[in-house]
Amino acid sequence: MNEAAQKAFNAGNLAANAAVRARRREVSIDPITRLEGHGKIDIFLDERGEVERAYFQVPELRGFEVFALGRPAEEMPQITSRICGVCPTAHHMASVKCLDHLYGVEVASAGRKIRELVYHAFMLEDHALHVYVLGGPDFIVGPEAPAAERNIVGVIGKVGVEVGKKVIGMRRRLRELIAYFGGKVVHPVLGLPGGVSKGLAKEDLGRFQALAKEGVEFAQFTLQVFKDLVLKNPEYVKLITGEAYTHRTCYMGMVDERNKVNFYDGQLRVVDVEGKELMKFPAERYLEYVAEHVEPWSYMKFTYLKPLGWKGFVEGPGTSIYSVAPLARLNASEGFTTPLAQRAYDEYFTVLGGKPVHHTLANHYARVVEMVYAAERMVELLNDPEITSSEVRRVPTGVPREGVGVVEAPRGTLFHHYRTDERGVITMANMIVATANNAARIAMSVDRAAKGLIHGGKVTEGLLNKVEMAFRAYDPCLGCATHALPGHLPLELRLYNHHHQLVDIIRRD
Amino acid sequence: MSKPKVAFYWCASCGGCEETVVDLAEDILGVVEKVEIVLWPVAMDFKYKDIEAMADGSIVATFLNGAIRSTEQAAMARLLRRKSRYMIAYGTCAHLGGIPGLANQYSREQILRFNYEESPSVVNEGGVRPRVRTEEGGHELELPELHEGVRALDQVVEVDYYVPGCPPTPNLTRAAVGALLEGRLPGRGSVLAPDVALCSECPRRESKPVDLAFSGFVRPHQKLLDPGKCFLAQGVVCMGPGTRAGCGGQCIGGNMPCTGCFGPTTRVKDQGAKMLSSLCSNVGPKEEAGIDEVLKGIPDPVGTFYRYGLAKSLLRRKKNV
Repeated sequence: MNEAAQKAFNAGNLAANAAVRARRREVSIDPITRLEGHGKIDIFLDERGEVERAYFQVPELRGFEVFALGRPAEEMPQITSRICGVCPTAHHMASVKCLDHLYGVEVASAGRKIRELVYHAFMLEDHALHVYVLGGPDFIVGPEAPAAERNIVGVIGKVGVEVGKKVIGMRRRLRELIAYFGGKVVHPVLGLPGGVSKGLAKEDLGRFQALAKEGVEFAQFTLQVFKDLVLKNPEYVKLITGEAYTHRTCYMGMVDERNKVNFYDGQLRVVDVEGKELMKFPAERYLEYVAEHVEPWSYMKFTYLKPLGWKGFVEGPGTSIYSVAPLARLNASEGFTTPLAQRAYDEYFTVLGGKPVHHTLANHYARVVEMVYAAERMVELLNDPEITSSEVRRVPTGVPREGVGVVEAPRGTLFHHYRTDERGVITMANMIVATANNAARIAMSVDRAAKGLIHGGKVTEGLLNKVEMAFRAYDPCLGCATHALPGHLPLELRLYNHHHQLVDIIRRD
Repeated sequence: MSKPKVAFYWCASCGGCEETVVDLAEDILGVVEKVEIVLWPVAMDFKYKDIEAMADGSIVATFLNGAIRSTEQAAMARLLRRKSRYMIAYGTCAHLGGIPGLANQYSREQILRFNYEESPSVVNEGGVRPRVRTEEGGHELELPELHEGVRALDQVVEVDYYVPGCPPTPNLTRAAVGALLEGRLPGRGSVLAPDVALCSECPRRESKPVDLAFSGFVRPHQKLLDPGKCFLAQGVVCMGPGTRAGCGGQCIGGNMPCTGCFGPTTRVKDQGAKMLSSLCSNVGPKEEAGIDEVLKGIPDPVGTFYRYGLAKSLLRRKKNV
């Protein structure tokens, strides 16, 4: 080919490419509503209006790990709770467990039970918040309902004011229990190494026992609401089990010695895409099993299984991407220690076609099953005669050095890791929060949902909501995920054309 | 008559303030009946452009929580300021900068370096960091730049009222909303909580010694705390004397000392300086070595005395060079 022809060919090629790019479009959702924290989704369309790729971005970073430096370790349960005002109790507990380990102190038996009691009350009320306020409106009111109705007020309209009052009232009383021990419900103060600051007075036992019993009824009621409104609706079941919301990844959750779900203590168990045990490790060895990957387009880091190495955003056999939170906990365990939760667990896997369940939206169902367990565990703890013991704390005597504390937060496994000098002043703090553990799978879910739902460049509000649902199911807490600068995070969805021109911005806030 | 319009918005915050609004519990149903909520990101779907389209001053009150860290947050604060008759700084972060303000002691570079390179769980041989602009597979992606320093709301826009607390209590919130709806508001710039020190409402005030002489400070984990006795009398630092009342002594009720989240009363310019001077003037030993020994019990004075107020304090922030 002569030089002139070559030039003309190249120019033509460039023009053709430019023309193709010009027809490509991009969509952006900003900000994501009804989740804690803030997020952004950029969707790039090709010339036919099909999705090339959707990116889930976290546009903020906070600095908790760095500004923890120089703080006395015993202040960490209160400082780190400010990472998230929705799940402060989770950070508080992971932090205080980290302090136990740091000081090598055995927790006073009654103190441990009070921590567990507070923790299960928290799990129950937080899950209820998600079911009725944050994630539930998508199902209870419907994913195609107008934005102005897809909220708690819409939920109350659908289930009735009486049910609305029941939900609000139950949450209020559970939160009063947390405040009884923690001083405050948002940012409680009970945790100290070796136990808790305050015990349960005998005269208050009765009302908390009554509350726990009602909690079991409330959780079962919620399970029934879920079955009636969601599982009996074939459209919803189709949506939940559809490919647009399905990913084959590994799953992580904390389990006891019999591999039963445990929110407060135990070992971390990981199962592979077939549901087989892949790893099991104690919290203090987390650095051998999990690692964080950095992408230049998000402030959120992407966690993966370290022994398998970072392989990118891929799923299927051999993937190093894992998921946490209710769906993952049920997959990574072999049931619950309490009878009603066990029954709900068995039914859950029967309805969804066996273990493991890879459907992201099944998180909503798994969350309701966990509510039953949290309430039953509260009853057990309150029936334990030791719960009213006044010996709730042991003063630590060891020299502090290094500690790791892990809990199952409502949104999944939460790691706190501190090093201190001999005075117990922080020299290194590292945290991996639940949403970071889910970050890679969330990114994949958003991409998949966009590809599955957006066709021919047609983007409606209902469609965008369905894309958001892909990640709302994780109940992602981006406040937590960006624990590294003060943050906020609703969602923005941007549609870009193939010239990379922004053609639409849908911001919800 | 149309209902008064109210907006809730969050900037650099943890969401705890939003939870408090939800914690108004049954009352929230009453509030929903009386006002029209035009913006509430955590619980309802709304669009920014609807707010932009509203007439200036058409929102009666915006309750804004969280500190200001990014240009986006500053822009939103300005927009809502313009649209609202009253701008209310809700919660400690909007009021004083809050715990995130502690980041002002460190540089942005330190934060980025730890997060993406030094953290023990990060594997990042290429030293990749999030960038303002990234091109990947022909897709251009943008991230907002992170700003140095955390600011309180009134360091960005004019604020009419403050509701203090980390988070504010439902009672204070209810009172603030009530005062607003009924037009019973105090002077502009007021903090909507009692203007006295926490000690005045502390259930342990009877045991507060008249003359304190600290021979040493004890950190809360170092001994079992007497559930009925003034923390200062136990040698434990309690921010009560330098902190505004109104919470009902919640942390004290949990048998832990006050850490100062309500900020100072109007008579105090700088909460940390006030506490520092009042504690130091009561240190028993008068010679330097003895004083040092006593102060060893407070290993982190900034985090202790400026836990919530660093952004608004006389110290402000680390100078980045």
